[in-house]
Amino acid sequence: MLSLIDRRMGIFLAGLFVLAVAVPAGNLAMAGQPVPSYIVALLGKYLCYALLAVALDLVWGYCGILSLGHGAFFALGGYAMGMHLMREIGARGVYANPDLPDFMVFLGWKELPWFWTGFDMFGFALLMVLLVPGALAFVFGWFAFRSRVTGVYLSIITQAMTYALMLAFFRNEMGFGGNNGLTDFKDVLGFSLQADATRAGLFVLSAIALAAGLLVAKAITSSKLGKVLIAIRDAESRTRFIGYRVEEYKLFVFVVSAMMAGVAGALYVPQVGIINPGEFSPANSIGIVIWVALGGRGTLVGAALGAIIVSVAQTLFTSWFPELWLFALGGLFVFVTIFLPTGVLGLIESRLGRKAKPPAGAKEASA
Amino acid sequence: MSTQLLLDGVNRSFDGFKAINDLSLTVEKGELRAIIGPNGAGKTTMMDIITGKTRPDTGRVLWNQSVDLTRTDEAGSARLGIGRKFQKPTVFETQTVEDNIALALKEDRSVWATLFYRRSAEDTRRIGELLELVKLSHVAGWMAGDLSHGQKQWLEIGMLMAQDPELLLVDEPAAGMTDAETMRTAELLRQIAGKHTVIVVEHDMDFVRALGCRVTVLHQGHVLAEGSLDHVSANEQVIEVYLGR
Repeated sequence: MLSLIDRRMGIFLAGLFVLAVAVPAGNLAMAGQPVPSYIVALLGKYLCYALLAVALDLVWGYCGILSLGHGAFFALGGYAMGMHLMREIGARGVYANPDLPDFMVFLGWKELPWFWTGFDMFGFALLMVLLVPGALAFVFGWFAFRSRVTGVYLSIITQAMTYALMLAFFRNEMGFGGNNGLTDFKDVLGFSLQADATRAGLFVLSAIALAAGLLVAKAITSSKLGKVLIAIRDAESRTRFIGYRVEEYKLFVFVVSAMMAGVAGALYVPQVGIINPGEFSPANSIGIVIWVALGGRGTLVGAALGAIIVSVAQTLFTSWFPELWLFALGGLFVFVTIFLPTGVLGLIESRLGRKAKPPAGAKEASA
Repeated sequence: MSTQLLLDGVNRSFDGFKAINDLSLTVEKGELRAIIGPNGAGKTTMMDIITGKTRPDTGRVLWNQSVDLTRTDEAGSARLGIGRKFQKPTVFETQTVEDNIALALKEDRSVWATLFYRRSAEDTRRIGELLELVKLSHVAGWMAGDLSHGQKQWLEIGMLMAQDPELLLVDEPAAGMTDAETMRTAELLRQIAGKHTVIVVEHDMDFVRALGCRVTVLHQGHVLAEGSLDHVSANEQVIEVYLGR
């Protein structure tokens, strides 16, 4: 496993480790609380975004699948976790119904819909966090890749997928809280979500998940399979004529990526305290693409970095000039595409004087 | 000798245009065969049909007298032992020359086997041997995209050999090559034939002459003439449609 940690990965993981120790320590153990609680939750959210970006980079940076619907897998993972958190509320809801979440009581439902069965068990919910996004990716990918839908057409149908899910989840009859989504969570595994210690714990877990996601993605891309993925990205038909069933490879990496996105969503929900259909919005999915492009496509670490940089910028910008943020984001994207084809990571590495290995995606800019 | 590849009464049209018209062709095992013909004669479509990229409307395509090639896809035909080189050299540009060969090496192509693949000493030896064969050992660590046009052509031939195919389909290998490279390529293909069956599609008559093999002339998706180069060059119809007077 050590062979997976190159210099770039090593520096990032070391930074992540420092963050994972310093932030909880500054919040819980130090006098005067130099790290306020809201910062812990905010940073935890960024780490979830970073994991989501790594998931997208795995399919886009290495296999050329430009998914404009990765937010859907993130949201599904989030909903799976949210459903468990709803069940944990139990009788402490506004209506004090021990069997039904508040929104179901409000809608006049008498019993729990069948698809909520099992979500009272944490282990089952965790399994669903992986299985639901994975299954959707499998079914979607099975049809799309087998029919050889590629390039911009694939991007459009991934976009349509997340949009369709958004519309579906907005409906009250779907049984996921409609417009309001799932919220008012109380605790997870008995730990109060309002407690600083729980929040710090979730933050550390997010850091661990990000590190694990990076290492899994690195292991995949460093293997021979990773080379096949790059081969597919650069010359799909050549890869077929060599004897690789391209659709099987795409399906594999798409499902792994969707599961990774699901985990990111599941860690995100308890930290922000809500999941609603807005998470399926196509704009969110496009945002992920911008993170990856800005950080450096096909570098994994760059994708994580890009997610963090853009999210920090968004937090600052939206508090200073809220109405200008989208213009700034668009401008940033145009700037990076034109002047930094290898992303921020490429810029940093070339500035450091080291001849950076060209990121796997440098040769051809578009998918 | 036994028959490697048989095309029998194959037809294929695109929007009413008959790209392949009642094409019948037999290639023996170990044979080196050149296919020539004017633009639009159906040479590339024929290759597409053999490799399963395009399905014929009617007709039989038989591999080793037993396997129906009209039912396989590209990966399937590659796994049967059919290797194809494109007209435009297509190599994996952002990967090293060595990795290009390694990717083509005959191995289990399933997702799991590829994910957990470890290169054996035997594989390393084989890669070295192939790099030697196509004279690219000295640039093994280069990105394939940094090779010259001729070197890319050879790398692609090396990748074909790595698959250890029974049949090689080679589309205009001499295109864009210098005279010296062209002659070296002809020599390389003659070396390969015998152990492997080789079908070469080519325009360059000097190159075809250097191959010194049986020639099939295609015209409008149909075989116009077949035999030695001198024999087909003397054919009135061939002169008419292709060689010119």
